[in-house]
Amino acid sequence: MTEFLQQLLNGLSLGAVYALIALGYTMVYGVLRFINFAHSDVFMVGAFAGYYLNRWMPSDSMAGGLAILAGSMAFCALLGVVIERLAYRPLRRRSRLNVLITAIGVSLLLEYTGQFLFGAAPKPFPQLFPVRTFQFAGGLIVSTNQLAVLVLTPLLLAALHFIVLKTRFGTAMRAISFHPVAATLVGINLDRVISFTFALGSALAAAGGILYSLNYQSIDPLMGVLPGLKAFVAAVVGGIGNIPGAALGGLLLGIIETFVNGSRWSTATDAIAFALLILILLFRPAGLLGKLEVEKV
Amino acid sequence: MRAHAHIGRWLGLGGLSAVLLFGCRPSPSGPDGAAEPIRVGEFASMTGKEAAFGQSSHKGTLLAIEEINAAGGVLGRPLHLITEDNQSKPGESATVVRKLISRERVVAVLGEVASGRSLEAAPICQQSRIPMISPSSTNPKVTEMGDCIFRVCFLDSFQGAALARFARQTLQSTRVAILSDAAAPYSVGLAAFFRERFLAGAGQVVAEQKYSSGDKDFKAQLTAIRAAQPEAIFVPGYYTEVGLIALQARQLGISVPLFGGDGWEAPELIQIAGTALEGNYYSTHFAPEVESTVAQNFVQKFTAKYGAAPDAIAALGYDSALLLADAIRRAGAAEGAPLRDAIASTRDFSGASGLTTIDPQRNARKSAVMITIRDGRFCYVQTITPEEALRNEPSPGP
Repeated sequence: MTEFLQQLLNGLSLGAVYALIALGYTMVYGVLRFINFAHSDVFMVGAFAGYYLNRWMPSDSMAGGLAILAGSMAFCALLGVVIERLAYRPLRRRSRLNVLITAIGVSLLLEYTGQFLFGAAPKPFPQLFPVRTFQFAGGLIVSTNQLAVLVLTPLLLAALHFIVLKTRFGTAMRAISFHPVAATLVGINLDRVISFTFALGSALAAAGGILYSLNYQSIDPLMGVLPGLKAFVAAVVGGIGNIPGAALGGLLLGIIETFVNGSRWSTATDAIAFALLILILLFRPAGLLGKLEVEKV
Repeated sequence: MRAHAHIGRWLGLGGLSAVLLFGCRPSPSGPDGAAEPIRVGEFASMTGKEAAFGQSSHKGTLLAIEEINAAGGVLGRPLHLITEDNQSKPGESATVVRKLISRERVVAVLGEVASGRSLEAAPICQQSRIPMISPSSTNPKVTEMGDCIFRVCFLDSFQGAALARFARQTLQSTRVAILSDAAAPYSVGLAAFFRERFLAGAGQVVAEQKYSSGDKDFKAQLTAIRAAQPEAIFVPGYYTEVGLIALQARQLGISVPLFGGDGWEAPELIQIAGTALEGNYYSTHFAPEVESTVAQNFVQKFTAKYGAAPDAIAALGYDSALLLADAIRRAGAAEGAPLRDAIASTRDFSGASGLTTIDPQRNARKSAVMITIRDGRFCYVQTITPEEALRNEPSPGP
């Protein structure tokens, strides 16, 4: 029982990070209908921003940690806007394939600029918050870093939910995702809303990057590749373009992965986790919470 | 106008990538001396995940080459070392070794530390019949690639036996869990040899879990291991993952000792793991505390040049270059079959890591040393000779 609970906790804290990254994929897809492959590297930049901010103003208090988290989120929000402005906006009217390839290019640019600037060797990630571990009867162990993930992720999700459903910008985002042309006709400023979407998604990726690094304590310029890929899959499984779906997909993938990793079949983790996801997609092609749209011809 | 702006932007990007791609060309060959230098190739993980290995090995190799050249070179010719970086990446070693052989025309290749990357380069060296000497790849398969592939370190079959003896005799453990890297031939091999010997010594493997190089989350595997209640955990991986495994094991409240092989040996291990590995053990090839004249001479020179004591990887890098120079001297030629034969016939060559004799399988037979981590430093514990390592098991049946 203890083992089961411990694994569930491990899975939830991993899945929560996947969920945070998956949200960025799904929001950009919802608004622009393309996959922003550079998103996983914004996650990496978020972790490095946290690392360097901590060097600059070392923190071991709650407030200091949150300040670094906020600083890194702000930095990545800006980075997301800049990427969109320089790389994607000039191609907005071109074929979607062009933007997709450009996204891969931006992803590689970020990864190898990272290697150039930070070096390829993994760096130990500092503890931003005061760390404590709690031991429960039966041997279940919970660390404050896991709690941070489990508390901050729902908070960020709630904030996102509020922004998308209750604010003018959120309404505009939803309008664009329904019908971009009609949205512009009623006076929505497409550029501003798209910039805002990128800022929001990138900030969440930065939060994911920091929470991930707090728990696994090692960062390197290629650290985003695998979590990014998995979060992308999570977004598809949840129903791409659907925000609660992305969160659900992330949690699901994290939990499946952890349970397989803790079993005898740990060598085949990714194979098993992805086979299950393919199975889900076979029965629900639009993802768990997605709606199948008929492409209008 | 817009089109022009686009072109300008793309040209700008193109220029940037050109700099990134061609920014680090190998420097042109050595100074114009009277005697033509002997070109020696080296491939190492100078950057990337296992950069500590490549850097350490390279420092040792470079020290040896400089020493040889200061003493007048070999056969009256200086040695010119050409180093290529494989960035610790799979696939890259084959490319850089091909380049060393076809473009740089080296007479021999030194490298690598990681068995997986040595296994990539070996077929290429074998095909061109260029001798390759691996300083510290311990997986048996490396030298099985062909008669031009050598090594100057012990094998994992021996290291596994030594660790099994250590777990049984020194740690007094009968219940051990194994957490190995399924993506690294080194780790898979060492785990298998350890298991075989440990079981033969009446030990019990209570849990066996796997991860893949580059993983950062080991909590699932460690939680499963914790449930099996081992007395010690064998982690035959490389330092990057081992450091994180140690941290996460302690976070999960696992307090039993961890132990592993020579893949642990890098200062980065302590940087990553902090105090999580205090009092834990690993086996390796060499410790600066070992008292032999060659070793002490090496330690002194290395410390003078680099400002830090050498580790085993550096000692083996040093020995690989010295052994090559010795073979060139004995062959009287710096190429082809005579050089290969001279390396193959090396007997009792005295290096920093002890005496090296190349056996008919082109391997070296050597002792292992056990190291413990105390106050964030690596400290020598004991030496295990090949004879001792094989003694632990009850004599096998007929």
